[in-house]
Amino acid sequence: MDFLNALILLLNYIFVPALAYGSQLAIGAIFVTLIYGILRFANFATGDMMSFGTMIAILFTWHFQSIGLTLGFLPTALLAIPFAILIMGSYMLIIDKFVFKYYRLNKSPPVQLAMVSIGVMFVTQAVVRIIIGPSDRRFFDGEKFLIKASEFKDITGLNEGLAIKSTQVITIVVTIILVSILFWFLNKTKTGKSMRAYSDNEDLALLSGIDPKKIVIITWMIAAILATIGGVLYGLDKSFKPFTYFNNMLPIFAAAIVGGIGNPFGAFLGGYVIAFSEILLTYAYKKFFMYVLPESMEPDGLIQLLSTDYKFAVSFSILVIVLLYRPSGIFKGKIL
Amino acid sequence: MPFFEGKNMTGGYGKGPDIINSCTVNVERGEIVSILGPNGAGKSTAMKAMLGLLNLKSGSVIIDGKDISKLSPQDRVKEGISFVPQTKNVFAGMTVEENLEMGAFLVNDYYKNVIDEIYNLFPILSEKRKQFVGELSGGQRQQVALGRALMIKPSVLMLDEPTAGVSPIVMDELFDHIIKVKKTNVAILMVEQNAKQALNISDRGYVLVTGENRYSGTGKELLNDPRVRSSFLGG
Repeated sequence: MDFLNALILLLNYIFVPALAYGSQLAIGAIFVTLIYGILRFANFATGDMMSFGTMIAILFTWHFQSIGLTLGFLPTALLAIPFAILIMGSYMLIIDKFVFKYYRLNKSPPVQLAMVSIGVMFVTQAVVRIIIGPSDRRFFDGEKFLIKASEFKDITGLNEGLAIKSTQVITIVVTIILVSILFWFLNKTKTGKSMRAYSDNEDLALLSGIDPKKIVIITWMIAAILATIGGVLYGLDKSFKPFTYFNNMLPIFAAAIVGGIGNPFGAFLGGYVIAFSEILLTYAYKKFFMYVLPESMEPDGLIQLLSTDYKFAVSFSILVIVLLYRPSGIFKGKIL
Repeated sequence: MPFFEGKNMTGGYGKGPDIINSCTVNVERGEIVSILGPNGAGKSTAMKAMLGLLNLKSGSVIIDGKDISKLSPQDRVKEGISFVPQTKNVFAGMTVEENLEMGAFLVNDYYKNVIDEIYNLFPILSEKRKQFVGELSGGQRQQVALGRALMIKPSVLMLDEPTAGVSPIVMDELFDHIIKVKKTNVAILMVEQNAKQALNISDRGYVLVTGENRYSGTGKELLNDPRVRSSFLGG
């Protein structure tokens, strides 16, 4: 019985949250990796582009709620996503046309483009703060829990409850669908293959007649889909605060680099690697040991390796270790 | 009038000095023509000029009687001119079959039978169709590069040092493949460092020196010309 309780405890506080958080990071990391692989620069505006997309989705959600349109037990934000993607995509194409295009046509070095993206990051951040403000916002509605901790306890008779939030399930389901469609697109369709070819060898892609303008537009559209969905899922699960989104850039970059930058599948798995490491290292294991160890050996402290305040240190350490010992990532990407 | 011709081409990269001066190169269908010469003679540059990778100050490029001097490289590909660069000539992170499919990017209709033709030409590629090209040997990679270029069913195939960095045995094998391609009525223009072997399989050759035509003639003539022998073929 105690062993089961310990297991449920880990599931409830580590496995399920890490799976949801990992999915959110994975979507962001695929965004980073696609931009890096195809447009060839590290996009520092990632976090703020996600926050822009989420902001648009929130505005639509509020509008739908004000006219009484909801999705019942599902969050209204899901209905807002397609509209938000359209606006996000236009925003990205406008930025590309007025900012990135110039540097791309001049064949600027990637570092220069990365610096330019920092400029885009500041502007996007400011736009978001002007429109919706810097404060914390919750825009979740609908049924909050799929299984409540108390219900779980009643059904199983265990001490520990397993709570599964509907946002966690939505996150995981949406991620699986989105990533499957993306990989199908990249590996099976002609356009997707031409994007991979362009990322692999730009000159040869041009000689094969692949149109770079089309590739750039499609890349930004996919980026808009990823940024908006990833941002909304994170915001639904936790809350929307522009500064948090900006901060999330670190674990997202770490995930993309761990997986091998330029490799979408690596980025996908990298998201989970980072999420699980962060949560495993910052969880307080006291209760877990109380279940599995005999009473005489009960721990005194919290048995927490790192305070949760240091969770960014985890991604940062992984980033440094990977760059030192395996700069091409777990799955071979481009060497930075 | 030759099928594909670069006439009196003069030009260089960007705003730099002229690398080729009034250089003329032409090739007929079903013919192999080699461009030879010492390092820095402008061999590759002449070829790139014909592909449109650099702007000509004067001179013209003509295919089948049509002046294409002003077209971009992509538009020249649509005219049936295929190019195999010297380096980075495959998509290393994609499979053999995907490389061939990318070669057919501009072909809108059914191209599966073209892939089968390529597999007949290069049987080894058929065995390795699902493998990543980055995992293949140098000679096999060159075959993928040739295969990719052949996917548009080109009338002109340009090869920039197809045998650079492969062993002599593989080189002979590649030359055999190039002869096979020639027999499908393609005009082949290549730049080669291995001058003797290249002239052996070539119908004609040009020797460029400092961007100008120095000698030209059939492969045999050049091989037997004492001046060419002493300066480029090592006696």
